[in-house]
Amino acid sequence: MLAHAIFFYIFSLIAIVSAIMVTVSKNTVHSVFFLILDFISISCLFIMIGAEFLGMIMLIIYVGAVAVLFLFVVMMLNVAQQKNQWFSARESSKHIPVGLIISTIIFFELIIVIGGWKYKPDLVSSMSLNIDSGISNTHAIGYVVYTDYIHIFQLSGMILLVAMIGAIVLTFRKRSGVKRQSYFSQISRERTDGVELIDVPSNQGVKSDD
Amino acid sequence: MIDIGLGHYLTLGAIIFTIGIVGIFLNRKNIIVILMSIELILLAVNINLVAFSIFLNDITGQIFTLFILTVAAAEAAIGLAIIVVYYRNSSTIRVEEINSLKG
Repeated sequence: MLAHAIFFYIFSLIAIVSAIMVTVSKNTVHSVFFLILDFISISCLFIMIGAEFLGMIMLIIYVGAVAVLFLFVVMMLNVAQQKNQWFSARESSKHIPVGLIISTIIFFELIIVIGGWKYKPDLVSSMSLNIDSGISNTHAIGYVVYTDYIHIFQLSGMILLVAMIGAIVLTFRKRSGVKRQSYFSQISRERTDGVELIDVPSNQGVKSDD
Repeated sequence: MIDIGLGHYLTLGAIIFTIGIVGIFLNRKNIIVILMSIELILLAVNINLVAFSIFLNDITGQIFTLFILTVAAAEAAIGLAIIVVYYRNSSTIRVEEINSLKG
């Protein structure tokens, strides 16, 4: 129990500090790296608490895909070199106290809700999908995600498809001056477009158009 | 302090959620940091769902965390694509200079 507490505090401290660094870091590349650190420590917490599948999925999806996507975009857009003018350009800091006040209010509301929250006495017995302690976490998720939640599962697949198509359509552009292979124009080309047959009269030669 | 319960995880979720909100409010740099703050907020929601799922012994929270993960990944992809297109058109993604809708 002591080791659990120690690891919880270590990982949550790392998570909180790196979350703060994501927002205040001047270089966007550093922000992405702190975001990766945040995800890693949170997934360690998930693995520690007993949700191994989600912890590993979080590592794969966030660290392996989403953070790399962020890094690609940050490096592609060349925003890392604008960092000198970010803070020195304009000191319109009127939004800072408003934002801090609103955030503090939200935080204390959440703390009040957490502190004053009580279990309903018969809540645990009224639930339908109890975790069977005899099987692993991945088993337990797999038993319900393909049966009880199959529609939501398919819907999330549709969401991913739409996101993929949307991202491709948004970032696709036709450049002028670049020769591309067009299968349609290749296939739809006919013999009369390319070859011209001429009856050549004798002793007159061929009159060429060009 | 030693006995880690549901309240600890909920407090961690609340702190990270608030940091995400602060990141959205106080950001003057570029939109990518705002997208990262949104990812932080979704992460805090995931922490809450997983903590409830474990401590109440109900698998549903983890299922919904899986779906939130999917939606977050899709949202990041679309958002970054929009940012790339915007940068291509106006060659800036600083928050101060994006004021086309101001009128």
